[in-house]
Amino acid sequence: MKQIAVDPELSVSVLRTMWKIRRFEEAVEDLYGRGLMHGTMHLSIGQEAVPTAACLALNIDDYITSTHRGHGHCIAKGADMERMMAELLAKETGYCRGRGGSMHIADTATGNLGANGIVAGGIPIAAGAALSAKMRGTKQVAVSFHGDGAMGEGAWHEGVILAAMWQLPVVFLCENNMYGMSMPAAAAFNLEKLSDRAKGYGIPGVTVDGNDIQAVYEATQEAVDRARDGGGPTFIEAKTYRWRGHSKSDKNLYRTREEIEEWRLRDPIPKFEDIVRAAGTLTDDDLEAIRTNVRTELRTAVQRANAAPDATADDLLSAVYAR
Amino acid sequence: MTPTQSTLAAVETTVMTYAEAIREALALAMAADPAVFLMGEDVGTYGGAFGVTGELMHTVGADRIRDTTISELGIVGLGVGAAMTGMRPIVEIQFSDFTAQAMDQIANQAAKIHFMLGGAVNVPMVIRAPGGSGTGAAAQHSQSLEAWFVHVPGLKVVMPATADDAKGLLLAAIDDPNPVMFLEHKLLYKTTGDVSVGNARIPLGVAAVRRQGTDLTIIATGIEVSRSMEAAEELAKIGISAMVVDPRTLKPLDTDTILRTVKATGRVLLVQEAVRTLGFMSEISAIIAESDAFTHLRAPIKRLAGLDIPIPYAPKLERAAVPQVEDIVRAATDLVREW
Repeated sequence: MKQIAVDPELSVSVLRTMWKIRRFEEAVEDLYGRGLMHGTMHLSIGQEAVPTAACLALNIDDYITSTHRGHGHCIAKGADMERMMAELLAKETGYCRGRGGSMHIADTATGNLGANGIVAGGIPIAAGAALSAKMRGTKQVAVSFHGDGAMGEGAWHEGVILAAMWQLPVVFLCENNMYGMSMPAAAAFNLEKLSDRAKGYGIPGVTVDGNDIQAVYEATQEAVDRARDGGGPTFIEAKTYRWRGHSKSDKNLYRTREEIEEWRLRDPIPKFEDIVRAAGTLTDDDLEAIRTNVRTELRTAVQRANAAPDATADDLLSAVYAR
Repeated sequence: MTPTQSTLAAVETTVMTYAEAIREALALAMAADPAVFLMGEDVGTYGGAFGVTGELMHTVGADRIRDTTISELGIVGLGVGAAMTGMRPIVEIQFSDFTAQAMDQIANQAAKIHFMLGGAVNVPMVIRAPGGSGTGAAAQHSQSLEAWFVHVPGLKVVMPATADDAKGLLLAAIDDPNPVMFLEHKLLYKTTGDVSVGNARIPLGVAAVRRQGTDLTIIATGIEVSRSMEAAEELAKIGISAMVVDPRTLKPLDTDTILRTVKATGRVLLVQEAVRTLGFMSEISAIIAESDAFTHLRAPIKRLAGLDIPIPYAPKLERAAVPQVEDIVRAATDLVREW
């Protein structure tokens, strides 16, 4: 098992990815706040460690399915920030040519089968991608990122049942960010750990600190190895926290300012920076260089996306069916 | 059953049931392409609730004919994921009523993914589901739900009414790069017909003129096609010449054939088993009314449809719920005699 924080290359990669997600979403929030972005958005600020660490265990041709809160998964799997930003800015050059927006970005080149506007919608789809991989004999693995809220859906149950029955190479990775919109996971599910549910489906389950890069990586790597070796699905609960509201309508009536502050102190990014600094893997200058580079990349991505042509309505009717 | 237009050319045929024709299409598609497989409830050893898959699992293997748990949402969802990643899944939903259990994956996922993702991904899958009344299975096992699916952009909707169409249209549906709802009819499974030998496709979006006629055009779908053909025989005995048109696919729809055949007779009777209100025939009625065929009409457009009720259990009640041959004869006679 790789020790990420002692490996300079991996450490840089992890920090770059986490900063990209953070800065991308901050830019989205800013553009939205200034009325320069349309629609709605669901930010994963505070949760960056989960997709970043999980995707370290995946190959480029492994599959993921994502959620309405999916920018992090998208970036961690390798998507291009400029095309993502172009999509959110309703541009023709966006991943979905302006037809999907934030909740429907997919990037097949990096195995990302798409964010999903329906809670738990991606669970059976990931299992289906795993079935496909198994039938084609490719050794690919699928990871279904989902939130705690998805565990109340029938699609979760049915997807996991079928994956367990056929021992499909899929990992169900629950980002427990403590709330399904306003419903606390602790109140919704009569379980000490959400991973306790895995036993009932006949698959291994584990709970880890979702803000701990090494812990999320190790749990995912173990699950991915098992899946690739024909050992079937695994459920992982990664406990983390959503700093921002569910979406733009959220007034945070269901939680306290103190609770949010407490989790801000557990910010996964400085936490990992402290670890690599203490290990002597990266210097303060290295860390600053990463931040600066990401800031520059993001600024370029926003500028280029902004300059792109608006999405066109010209061929909408012919875009419904594949030919 | 008279041959369809597409089989009027000299094509070698063999007599088989509608269910056997579907099974043959499945076997041919699986033999031709390793990406094709079928999954559903009790499709393996059991052979399918209506015997459609029969012994196919024993010839193609349990990997290609997959028995699932009773999980319609999950099965369709796995089909979507498999379709997005290089496979060509066929999902059997035991009764079309159970598509209600799977509707998110059908309507929000399968149908929308290609468009919503900017065309980057296709979902080439077929969802086979038997519908229709007449078996005494009552309200949750007898519906005709085609209008639900036609109302979702991104789905194609096919309603084969003959054994030959069941085979040829299914082969075309499996080839199609889009999700196709393939709506079979339970009463048709045991009916027999001449079925083309080989793997010729019947293209989606081409209607069949089942019978030529001059006094009125009957446009019917599903089980109402054979009832309309029977009715046309009865009508001929009393001197009324009915043309019978079967759209075969509701989406895409062969509007040209519909309008041409309506213009030819100037009278149109639309027959569906599904409930009347906002049924597919409402759409055909609107298409005719909005077109230049309207000016050729000698009579108002007439719809004959299921009552706006859940399908009841008792045989007499069930029969009364949907158009029967005598209803078609009566409606056609009235239309011709009064106008």
